[in-house]
Amino acid sequence: MTDYYDSFKKIPGTVIFDATQSRIGYHLNMFAMSLMKEENRLAFKNNEDEYLNTFPMTIDQHAAVRARDYNKMIELGGNIYFLAKIGATDGHSFQKLASLMTGMPEESYRQMMIAGGRSPSMPIGPVEK
Amino acid sequence: MAKIIAGVATSHIPAVGAALDLGKSTEPYWVPVFSGYDHAKEWFKEIKPDAIILIYNDHASAFSLEMIPTFAIGCAPSFAPADEGWGPRPVPTVQGYPELGWHIAQSTILDEFDMTIINKMDVDHGLTVPLSLMFGQPSEWPCKVVPLAVNVVQYPPPTGNRCYQLGKAIRKAVESFESDERIVIMGTGGMSHQLQGPRAGFINKEFDKAFLDGLTADPDGLAKIPHITYVEQAGSEGIELVMWLIMRGALNTSVKEVHRHYHVPASNTAVGHIILENL
Repeated sequence: MTDYYDSFKKIPGTVIFDATQSRIGYHLNMFAMSLMKEENRLAFKNNEDEYLNTFPMTIDQHAAVRARDYNKMIELGGNIYFLAKIGATDGHSFQKLASLMTGMPEESYRQMMIAGGRSPSMPIGPVEK
Repeated sequence: MAKIIAGVATSHIPAVGAALDLGKSTEPYWVPVFSGYDHAKEWFKEIKPDAIILIYNDHASAFSLEMIPTFAIGCAPSFAPADEGWGPRPVPTVQGYPELGWHIAQSTILDEFDMTIINKMDVDHGLTVPLSLMFGQPSEWPCKVVPLAVNVVQYPPPTGNRCYQLGKAIRKAVESFESDERIVIMGTGGMSHQLQGPRAGFINKEFDKAFLDGLTADPDGLAKIPHITYVEQAGSEGIELVMWLIMRGALNTSVKEVHRHYHVPASNTAVGHIILENL
């Protein structure tokens, strides 16, 4: 299994949601999952800190959610399908979240996708026009 | 005995569902996405299957991290659209087919595939977007659906080969189901896309084209692709393509490709769609 996961670590800009990530991210992801219920979305929007404190996540995870730093949340065990529910609660499209993670303005990201996406020969991160 | 007559694969992008639900499908951005499904809509009207076995993945809707089944088959009489954070999609409740679901569960378990059985589940865009693409916006879906959920979120997901072999076991199960019904199997997800991190937006048209070609002509070859190749060449969420291999495994070795559609982008994703009829 060591070899299996080692090969993924060479792929830039990508975090595989493996056993370690899943374990450290459990409460962060379960917080995000809770936002599937309207009453929880309202409670979160009403007082983010108070709502986040009901989940036993780390201080760093708490801070990354408050900062809407999706790359940081992923580093700390967040999985994008769970984290997307935070974006949905904020009223953001998935494309908006993707642009945030790439460090590109949303419109530039959208244009990159219309032009065919990030091809294998293109660099990761922000893409200049 | 029942029979699988054809397989259909399609991406299941949530933004496609949102575009349809919000009446945006005729906007210039979306026309090239939706027009590629006109053929499938006509094709389904013509062949009128009695049921669909729909292979898809749940996106943290029905399954959180509390329970993560690798293969789970829906045996409930019906499945409601899930609230994924924006409220449920305004689409009909999916009518299940418990007799067929249970039969496939029993047959595949005895065939050494350890299926999880689901008697209550909400279904997210992974299942409802493919139905919308095939059938538009009807007041009810035209046939029964057996959902089969595959874990592709938590690593490791099942291997491509395991999926392909499961397809073969599903075919065997269907062919021992006492009815004369005609079944379509659908594989969904993909094609190349990455939704996370600085590499988000990754698309690989060459990989996707080769995958579509291989799906028709060389499924044995596709079944050998390891996980690392999907993530490297099709992006981290391109791993969903293993689900297409379940569909393909349930078909004959020789199939006729009756339709293919490919377009970039729909939101962050390469849209792929193919219809394969058993020869």
